[in-house]
Amino acid sequence: MKRLALIHRLSGVALSIFLPLHFWALARGLELDAFLRWTEQPLVKFAEWGIVVLLAAHLGGGLRVLAIEFLDWHEWQKSLAAVAAAIVLASGLAFALAL
Amino acid sequence: MSKRSDARLWIAQRATAALLALCVTVHLVTIVYAVRGGLSAAEILGRTRGNVGWLAFYTVFVLAVAVHAPIGLRPVVTEWLGWRGRSREWAALALGVALAWMGMRAVLVLYA
Repeated sequence: MKRLALIHRLSGVALSIFLPLHFWALARGLELDAFLRWTEQPLVKFAEWGIVVLLAAHLGGGLRVLAIEFLDWHEWQKSLAAVAAAIVLASGLAFALAL
Repeated sequence: MSKRSDARLWIAQRATAALLALCVTVHLVTIVYAVRGGLSAAEILGRTRGNVGWLAFYTVFVLAVAVHAPIGLRPVVTEWLGWRGRSREWAALALGVALAWMGMRAVLVLYA
């Protein structure tokens, strides 16, 4: 399996595992403060940053798939991969800086 | 799975992918905006509650994810775990229903 396709797949699996936890935590509503305190731990912060990067990576990988399948841009694949990587990096950095 | 069902799932996967590309982009920008200056329940709920526009946005987001994730996981469990057949389809359906249910609960708590 090509590396970009593998990243797309692994990030998708990770997001599928994360989503039920995300929804569960948000549905607790007013208990959010206790949960938010828990998320102040460095390891949790790091994991949050990782999830945001995975989301950006999955978005980038998905845009690549859509472009390859629906646009006649095969020769542009490398540029698209670069754009996808840039989106990941930009999102990761923006989130890290905003923490 | 018939070829026809596979084709339908493929279309559903691509259609939700296009929708999610937009949703995820907006969501990422929202995350970066929301975490500035830290998070608190009061601040989050003050921003979200009664906001019909965001309620509609996140309803679409959640339902698109509930369709997209199970379809995407089907080939993964087959290729990596050898899981195929009817039990796989039921598991995918159950995951979709669970994601839609849990996601909508969260959306309603935050935005309704």
